[in-house]
Amino acid sequence: MTRVLIVDDHRLFRSGVRAELGDSIEVVGEAEDVESAVKAIAELQPDVVLLDVHMPGGGGQEVLRRVLGAGSTVRFLALSVSDAAEDVIGVIRGGARGYVTKNISGKELTDAVRRVAEGDAVFSPRLAGFVLDAFASSEAPSIDPELDSLTQREREVLRLIARGYAYKEIAKELFISVKTVETHVSSVLRKLQLSNRHELSRWATARRLV
Amino acid sequence: MADQKTLAEPGTGGEAPYRRMMRPMEGRLLGGVAQGLAAQLKLDPVVIRLMFVLLSVVDGVGMVAYAVLWMVTPREPYEGPQPQRDWSQLSAFTAIGVALAAFGWLTGASAGGIGMLPFAVGGIGALILWQQADPERRRSWMSGATLSIRKNRVRTVLGVGLVVIGAAGFLYSQGELAQARPGMLFTVVVVGGLAVIAAPWLAGLWKELQLERRERIRQEERAEVAAMVHDSVLHTLTLIQRVAHDSREVTRLARSQERELRNWLYQPAQDADATVAAAVRRIAAEEEDAHGVPIEVVCVGDVPFDSGGRLAAMMKAARQAMVNAAKYSESDSISVYAEVEGEEVAVFVKDRGKGFDLDAVPLDRMGIRESIIGRMERHGGSARIRTEPGEGTEVMLTMKVERE
Repeated sequence: MTRVLIVDDHRLFRSGVRAELGDSIEVVGEAEDVESAVKAIAELQPDVVLLDVHMPGGGGQEVLRRVLGAGSTVRFLALSVSDAAEDVIGVIRGGARGYVTKNISGKELTDAVRRVAEGDAVFSPRLAGFVLDAFASSEAPSIDPELDSLTQREREVLRLIARGYAYKEIAKELFISVKTVETHVSSVLRKLQLSNRHELSRWATARRLV
Repeated sequence: MADQKTLAEPGTGGEAPYRRMMRPMEGRLLGGVAQGLAAQLKLDPVVIRLMFVLLSVVDGVGMVAYAVLWMVTPREPYEGPQPQRDWSQLSAFTAIGVALAAFGWLTGASAGGIGMLPFAVGGIGALILWQQADPERRRSWMSGATLSIRKNRVRTVLGVGLVVIGAAGFLYSQGELAQARPGMLFTVVVVGGLAVIAAPWLAGLWKELQLERRERIRQEERAEVAAMVHDSVLHTLTLIQRVAHDSREVTRLARSQERELRNWLYQPAQDADATVAAAVRRIAAEEEDAHGVPIEVVCVGDVPFDSGGRLAAMMKAARQAMVNAAKYSESDSISVYAEVEGEEVAVFVKDRGKGFDLDAVPLDRMGIRESIIGRMERHGGSARIRTEPGEGTEVMLTMKVERE
C-alpha cells in the first residue's frame, strides 16, 4: 500500500483529498506549512508527498529544497490550484515528479500517486503543453543538445498527452508499450529538471497566464 | 503660554523627514527664537542673540525679524512648570544693544534712514498684539500660520512674492543704492527666515503627497477587488445555493466562476479575437458555459489571425466540434489542444464519450460534413475525424497559414 503525506494549508482541502483517495492508498499524515511538512516527512518517511505549491513559509518549492537538499529520496507530486507556468515549471525543476491541478478527479489522483510511487512522472495535459511550448522556442544555441531538446518521440508523446490521451491510448497510437511511454515521460521530466537552458525559466516568467 | 502645549501639528507627526524649527522653553531668554534658530542652524545661541541685537541696532531689523520668527515658529512641547528666564543674561544683551545703539546714534553709523522706522514700529506692535491676545486667539493664529502654508501653497508663494516686492519697493523709495544695505539685509533675513521655515514644510508636503497617491492607488485596487468579488463570486455563490439540487448546474457555475477569476488574476488583458490561442480559449469558455461540460484547453504557440479569414473559418469548425462533443458524446469532459508550429495551425477536440459510426451518419446531418469538414476544405485546410462506438471521438483540424 502506498503511504502518502498530504501537505496543504487548507484543512478543508486536505480532508477532501483524504476522502477521495482510493483504498490502495494510505494517508499517513497531514501538514499545513513548510516547517511541519519537513518535520512530518522526516518522521513518517512516506512514499509520496502530495505537495501544495502555495503555502505560508516559502511554499512547495521551499519544502522541496529542504527535503531533497538533505538527500531524501521521498517522491513529490505537486497539487495546486494555480496553473501559472511559473509555478508549474518551478516545482518540477525543484524536484517534483509530477504536477496535477486540484480539480483532478479522485480516480485520476489515485492513479497519479501510484505512478509517482513507482518512480514514473505524471504530466497533466497542461504541463505537457508548457513543456512543448518551452522547448519549442529554442532558437538560442544550446549548451547540452542532449538535455536541451526533445527527441521526436518525446515530442509525439507530449503532444498526445496535451491532446488528452491516456498513457494506454498513447501506447496504442504509437505502437509502443505503456512502459515505453512512461520511459519517455520520465526522460522529459529529467530534461526539464536538469536542462540549463535559462530560456526555460525566462519563458515561464514571461508566460504568466493560466 | 502653557495653552500652546496642545498645538496641533498635522502631517509632520513624529516622522517628518526634516527637523522642524521649534522654540524651546528651557534656556530661553525672550521667546526662545534665538535658541531655536541656533539649534536649526547648528550654531551657538550666543552668536544668534548677538546677531539679533546687532540687527536691532541697525534700524530695528533684528527686532522685526525676531517678532516674525516668534510668530511663525511653534513652541516645543514642554511638560511641567515653566522654567525661569535667565534675566541676568537678558539684561546683559539688552545692555549691549543699548550701548551699540547709543554708539551708532552718536557716530551716525546706523543711519538707515527714517524709512526703517515703520518696520520697527510694526514689529513691536505685532509683538504687543501677540502678547495681549487671549490664548485661544493665539492658538488659532499659530495653527493658522502653520496650516495655511501647509494647505495653501498659492498663498505662501504670494506672501513670499509680496515680501520681495515690498523690499524692492522699499529700496526704490530709498532711491539711494548706497543706503540699500539695511534694506537688503532685511530682505535676506525675511526670505532666509521663510526658507528655513518653509523647507521642511515643503519636504513634508511632498512626502505627504506621495503617501496620499500610494494610498489612493491601493484603495482603488481594493475597490476593484471588492467589486469583482461582489459582482461575480458572491453572485455565483448565491446562484449555487439556489440550484444546489442540480449538480450539473452547480458544476457549470463553479467552473465558469473559476475561469473568470483565473482570467482576472493571471491573464493579461488581451483581445480575445486577435490570436488563435485567445480565440480557442474564448470559444471553449463559451461552449462550456452553454452546455455545462468542462472543456480543458491547452495551447502551444500562437499566431495572429490572417487577413484571408482562414483561421476564422477554422475557429468556427473548432466551435462546431466542441458543440457536437458537448451535446452528443455524453463525455464528462472535453480536451481541446491548439498548436501553432511553423506555418501549421492544428486544433484537436477530443472527448471520451460514446463515439459513433462515421459512415452511418445520415447525409443531411450538416454538423460534421458541412460545418467541420466542408468548411475546412473550402478554406484550404483539412479535417479528420476519428471515432468508433464506445471509443470517444477526436476531431483534428489543420490549416496552413503564411506568417505575415
